[in-house]
Amino acid sequence: MSAAALVLAPVFLPLAVGALSAVLPRRAAATLTVIAAAATLMVAVLLGIAVLDAGPVRLEVAGWAPPVGILLAADGLSVVMIGLSAIAVLAAALVAAADDHFAGGHAFWPLVGAAAAAVNGVFVARDVFTAFVLLELLTIASVALVALGGARSAAAALRYLFVAVTGSLFFLLAVALTYGHTGTVDLARAAERADDTVIVGAIIALTVVGMAAKTALFPLHSWLPAAHPAAPTAVSALLSALVIKASIVILWRIVEYFGPLTDLAAPLATAVGVAGAAAVLWGGVLALRRDRLKSIIAYSTVAQVGYMVLLVPLVFTASDPQVAWIGGILITLAHGVAKAAMFLAAGALAAAAGTGRLDGLEGTISRMPWTVAAIGLAGVSLAGLPPTLGFVGKWMLVQASLDAGAWWWLALLLGGGLLTFAYTARMLRATFNPPGDFSGARELTRPARTVAIVPLALAALSVVLGLIPWLLIDVLSAAPMGGGA
Amino acid sequence: MNDDTVTVMSALPVVLLLTSLVPAMLIFALREKRTVLRTTLNLAGAIAKVVLVIVLIPRVVAGEELRAEFTWIPGLDIVFVTDTFSLFFVALSAGLWLATTIYAVGYLEGSPNRSRFFGFFSLCVTATVGIALAGNLLTFLIFFELLTLVTYPLVAHRGTRAALRGARIYLAYTLGGGVALLLGVAWLTLEVGPVEFRAGGIPEVAEFAARDPLTATVIGAVLLLGVGVKAALFPLHGWLPIAMVAPAPVSALLHAVAVVKAGAFGIIRIVEDVFGLALFAELGMLQALAVVASVTIVYGSVRALAQDDLKKRLAYSTVSQVSYIALGAALLSPIATAGAIVHMVNQGFMKITLFFCAGLFAEELKLSKVSQLAGVGRRMPVTSAAFTIAALGMIGLPPFAGFISKWALGLGGLDAGQPWVIAVLLTSTVLNAAYFLPIIATIWTSPRSESEGSDEGTFPVPARRSGWEAPASLLLPAVATALFVILFGVAAGWGYSPWVLAQIVGEGAWP
Amino acid sequence: MTTLQLFMYAGAFILVVGVAATLLVRDLIRRLIALNVASGGVMLLWLALADRGDGEPDPVPQALVLTGIVVMAAVTGIAIVLARRVEQLDDDLEEVEQ
Repeated sequence: MSAAALVLAPVFLPLAVGALSAVLPRRAAATLTVIAAAATLMVAVLLGIAVLDAGPVRLEVAGWAPPVGILLAADGLSVVMIGLSAIAVLAAALVAAADDHFAGGHAFWPLVGAAAAAVNGVFVARDVFTAFVLLELLTIASVALVALGGARSAAAALRYLFVAVTGSLFFLLAVALTYGHTGTVDLARAAERADDTVIVGAIIALTVVGMAAKTALFPLHSWLPAAHPAAPTAVSALLSALVIKASIVILWRIVEYFGPLTDLAAPLATAVGVAGAAAVLWGGVLALRRDRLKSIIAYSTVAQVGYMVLLVPLVFTASDPQVAWIGGILITLAHGVAKAAMFLAAGALAAAAGTGRLDGLEGTISRMPWTVAAIGLAGVSLAGLPPTLGFVGKWMLVQASLDAGAWWWLALLLGGGLLTFAYTARMLRATFNPPGDFSGARELTRPARTVAIVPLALAALSVVLGLIPWLLIDVLSAAPMGGGA
Repeated sequence: MNDDTVTVMSALPVVLLLTSLVPAMLIFALREKRTVLRTTLNLAGAIAKVVLVIVLIPRVVAGEELRAEFTWIPGLDIVFVTDTFSLFFVALSAGLWLATTIYAVGYLEGSPNRSRFFGFFSLCVTATVGIALAGNLLTFLIFFELLTLVTYPLVAHRGTRAALRGARIYLAYTLGGGVALLLGVAWLTLEVGPVEFRAGGIPEVAEFAARDPLTATVIGAVLLLGVGVKAALFPLHGWLPIAMVAPAPVSALLHAVAVVKAGAFGIIRIVEDVFGLALFAELGMLQALAVVASVTIVYGSVRALAQDDLKKRLAYSTVSQVSYIALGAALLSPIATAGAIVHMVNQGFMKITLFFCAGLFAEELKLSKVSQLAGVGRRMPVTSAAFTIAALGMIGLPPFAGFISKWALGLGGLDAGQPWVIAVLLTSTVLNAAYFLPIIATIWTSPRSESEGSDEGTFPVPARRSGWEAPASLLLPAVATALFVILFGVAAGWGYSPWVLAQIVGEGAWP
Repeated sequence: MTTLQLFMYAGAFILVVGVAATLLVRDLIRRLIALNVASGGVMLLWLALADRGDGEPDPVPQALVLTGIVVMAAVTGIAIVLARRVEQLDDDLEEVEQ
């Protein structure tokens, strides 16, 4: 099988499985989804090897070359993000298979297939039209997934829909500008042909606004703390860990291709950085004040999105932009793995304790120590503390900030981790036994073993990856951002 | 490190780490009731580590250096080395870990969540050994932060409001220090590239300081700030008395073995093996460190005087004593350096003895305040004897271990041309006497009151148990460490004594 | 003003009106309609791009407009179902209160 064909597999495999899941009974759908996710992970590994060997893997669909045909290409970013997608879907599927309550109903399976296909497609897309279509598919699937949370989640889902579609319209406008100015939707060709600073700047600005809405970047973030907790557990995990990554990647791609072409990029990048800083602070402070587990974790995502966009200003000011790119990508990866672990563990905890409120969780640490440990370990990775993958990303962004002399981003990076650990510790404290009660005697409905192990395995993964980050960095460097596909 | 050492690539440094990492992972998975298995794992790991250290010491003293390295990110490695100084710290940690493990097994008998406790306990030692063996600043940083994370659950172990609050404050201080350390390490790595510790200072750092002394000074200050929190330098010491809410074995570990020692170790590494003494002095940082250390020494002793709670008094005593190490590191004299390094061991053993005894008083007789200790010597003579030995050592009386350190520091102060150091040492010794001698006197001399009741100064007298005054697992470690306090003082001339080894390291810091 | 410019300004204007209404209007169905209006504005802009002067209109923007219309149809469908659920829930709550 040629490497080029591998590029299509992460898109079509989940799509096929999703379609089948619509008609198959639950057990079969779950099994197929798990197998497909594992297969996607294998594909990611194979693609990684191919990228290490020979750089980006390109595929012209059906043999038609751009600008007429669609170009898909897997560079370093694509490979690691597809890997993340596979792992996130695998984890969510395992937990959802163990207890339907975590899935929200049978519609979960086809919708997840569609969402995974869309996300993977975005990761390998190289033209803005394909990106737009896939982002729309993703939005529809995600909104429906949120709505699986029952009647109460309908309002949150609808709010998500409005914000996301409005964002899409802005992006569509950017696509229109691109096509109107350069006559092509292919990113590489458009970048070659673009020559008006203002228009390119407008394209970047419109994309930023559109993607900010979809990724919940401050100040367009308020839909996320409503939607993510309202969804069923496995869905929350996927939404935070995966879905918001698609729009971030498109943001990065536009910056990668169009950024160098205009002087307006630097001030726009700074604006993005400021929004990111506000996100980190706002999300962190609000996470400290909420009383429900899933709410805290949702605000944590709002804060982490701030870190993901922090690489944008650094890319323009550091002397070696690759350090900023790779650091930001690694932080995003770390966030994906850790957030999935956190939501899955929190869901298990809430289900066992009967409530998601912090004051209802007393004593759970003695009965479900592994689940609580997963939350703790995930929090360590989010806070960027060693020896996790989050620390590696933070280290590289710190180096980039120091190199660029950007004290403000530096302060944000160093200080934000403290906030993160503060709200993680808050969640952990809530699970301790009430004073005097040592037997952990409260009754809990113990969850299935899978549900306890999966989050911990995810959290452990962030530690393992944190010890061998050179592997990921080699892949990212073999086909770097800005290298052109 | 030094040019005349032979470097051998070996897995042994990693094995040293594994001797406590593997038991930790296994213990976490154990069910609460598996006491025998858990204790076996604990002890097996501790003994294995001590054995390994004993095997390694002669090799390292003879000039061989073991090394293990792993790529972390391209261009930057995780490096472990066993040079004399790192092995010194590992030896201290291994020995005291064994003693504390035995003590903790006895102290926590019957209490809940022991698997969790001993799991994190072992991880704590793993982190400390990692800090000791770190061959470059990055590795040091990683394990330093890891130490913060794994000691937090130990401080919070009891789960009471006070414990959780104490743990939160501990975490705030130490994570804050970690932020400073990350900044310093990242910055230095950016400026000079990925460099490793080198006795006498790293040449690239010296070049960088020649180019840009201001930035070098700032980086040095930030690094010291980062490690200074754990080393309880004034005014970053606030977490230490508050962390006393932890169970006695944890306090013992934090104060004698792991956290404060890691901070002090870090100070010495930064001053001597990153910047080098001469460079640090040139930048003015050495004098600044000496001043801060001296202030801390006096401040800690003064605060200790005011404390009635025994553990709090010992805590402030630690604040003061650890700064002896910082002071020694801040003087331009090989004897002072050796004094600082040997004090790591001496203070470790003395302090741990004191904490063991404090725990014994609390467990057996429910006594936690100094004023309650009247006449305890008759009821618990062995414990009181151990306490007395350690306290006299802290004051600095010969022939106990503490005397060696103070004498070395004083000589070093003269040698470095800073005679005011003697004044600081004398003041501190007087203050030490002021807060330790009364305790000793109270323990041994005040008549025991027969009355039951709750007045201060008396304690209810439980019937004396037949046989030993306390469970062997609690008593023996205290006796053992007290004996070492005597031994390290009396046998300071022996070829492998801490004092001799400290001198070897101290000489090595002078290229 | 040429036809092309007219279409572009009209499209932009309709987009702005639509987005503003989506943000400011309270009623869910009206918001949904506003969203569709906004999308219509963007489609107008796209169609304007299809103008190649005297030659055949450019098929790419037309294809994209078709895609966009389909997407909006799907989105609208989901939104209507969700809006109904929300209103059902509000009705149930009112009943409970009464």
